[in-house]
Amino acid sequence: MIPRYQKILFGVLLAASVAMGAALWHLRERAHQRLLAGQDSAPTSAPAIAPSEQATLMMANDTDGSLLAQLQSLPLPADPGARARAVLGKLLDLYAAPGSAHPVPGGAGSVTQVFLLPATIYETEPPAKSKFSETGTQFPAAQSRDAQSTGPRLAVVNLTGSFANSHPSGIETEMLTILSICGTLHANLPRVTQVRFLVDGQQRATLAGHADLTRAYLAADAVPPEGNQP
Amino acid sequence: MRWTKLAFTALVVARLASAQPAPPAPQARFVVVLDAAHGGDDSGAHLAGNQFEKSYTVALSARLRSLLAARGMQVITTRDTDATVEPNRRAEIANHAQAQACLSLHASESGSGVHLFVSSLTPTQPVRFPAWKTAQAASVTRSLKLAGALNSALLQAGMNVTLGRTTLPAVDSMTCPAVAVEIAPERGANREITSALDNKDYQARVAAALAAAIVEWRAEAHP
Repeated sequence: MIPRYQKILFGVLLAASVAMGAALWHLRERAHQRLLAGQDSAPTSAPAIAPSEQATLMMANDTDGSLLAQLQSLPLPADPGARARAVLGKLLDLYAAPGSAHPVPGGAGSVTQVFLLPATIYETEPPAKSKFSETGTQFPAAQSRDAQSTGPRLAVVNLTGSFANSHPSGIETEMLTILSICGTLHANLPRVTQVRFLVDGQQRATLAGHADLTRAYLAADAVPPEGNQP
Repeated sequence: MRWTKLAFTALVVARLASAQPAPPAPQARFVVVLDAAHGGDDSGAHLAGNQFEKSYTVALSARLRSLLAARGMQVITTRDTDATVEPNRRAEIANHAQAQACLSLHASESGSGVHLFVSSLTPTQPVRFPAWKTAQAASVTRSLKLAGALNSALLQAGMNVTLGRTTLPAVDSMTCPAVAVEIAPERGANREITSALDNKDYQARVAAALAAAIVEWRAEAHP
């Protein structure tokens, strides 16, 4: 004969188990919905559905050390950061293609992120290394400030370590890569006046042993005179 | 007493008249700093023939030193062995030497011919205590002239030359007229290599042209 208090205890435990199972199922559904909503707002999916537009790419040529403007039609999202990443991805895809005049392996995946920040903040006080070393908590706030800003912008281009490690070593080839990135950003986002580079989210001394990556580059310096443009 | 004074004056005048003409002032020394890039742990670019940039630049530095020393110049090198030399140390050596020309020697498989680079710093007026990282700013104008002399000599030797501006920490801290010289293979119209980096004749032509440019630079800077 089962005592009465044990029957009551069993009933309470059973009810608690069912209630906890239901709560768990509910939380799981909410997390799933949140995840799906987050994916919808990710900038990486935007270029695929964005309409094609004309973009100007500053193409480097190793033979004569020149930069030449080239028009390309590609899907460009409205968000400036995603737009910058899309044009740089196309530029690096062309460099990685066979027969490139400036062969650099890596392709579009070599640009992890492009952050656009108000340039005036950093003109007088460059960002500390640790600020960029942290895991991205600085950037959403900076981007929201940027959205309200109408002044000049500093583009922070975050490259992958594999891109920097596999980049050909040499003063000319490294400078051409940097200047073509700066020129391409300025040509498509005229408010970008300065460009800084990070590799895997960290500051790095040089790109591949020569070109200095610790300083900010003036984007306008990379744009050749009118005569060089087609 | 009066006769004594007159005699002393006459003696002094006679000595002065018979004195030997003053020896000419010693010719101002002309110092060239050769900075062989990379070294030690830093191998630099991987060149064809399983060679590294650090070995190529130190060999070019030795060859150029011989050519310049034979023309009566004082040559100071930042390294003669496979040693690690930090960029700041390279600039320290160049600045301590108070050189009239500094060449930072590099090599690369990318591009064609010889690439000449001057610091991209904005030219400024010389100041007594320049900032270390931008010390080259006061010498950029002279560096551009030195690059022009190098360009002329290399073109005269029949080479392809590319001129540009760059940011190299060692060069940006030098106070002398400084040019980064990057040697690349010579290429033909279809981008095929006509003279590889390990071609002895090509190396000799480049070194001879650089030495001729420095001689020309000395004549311009110290006539």
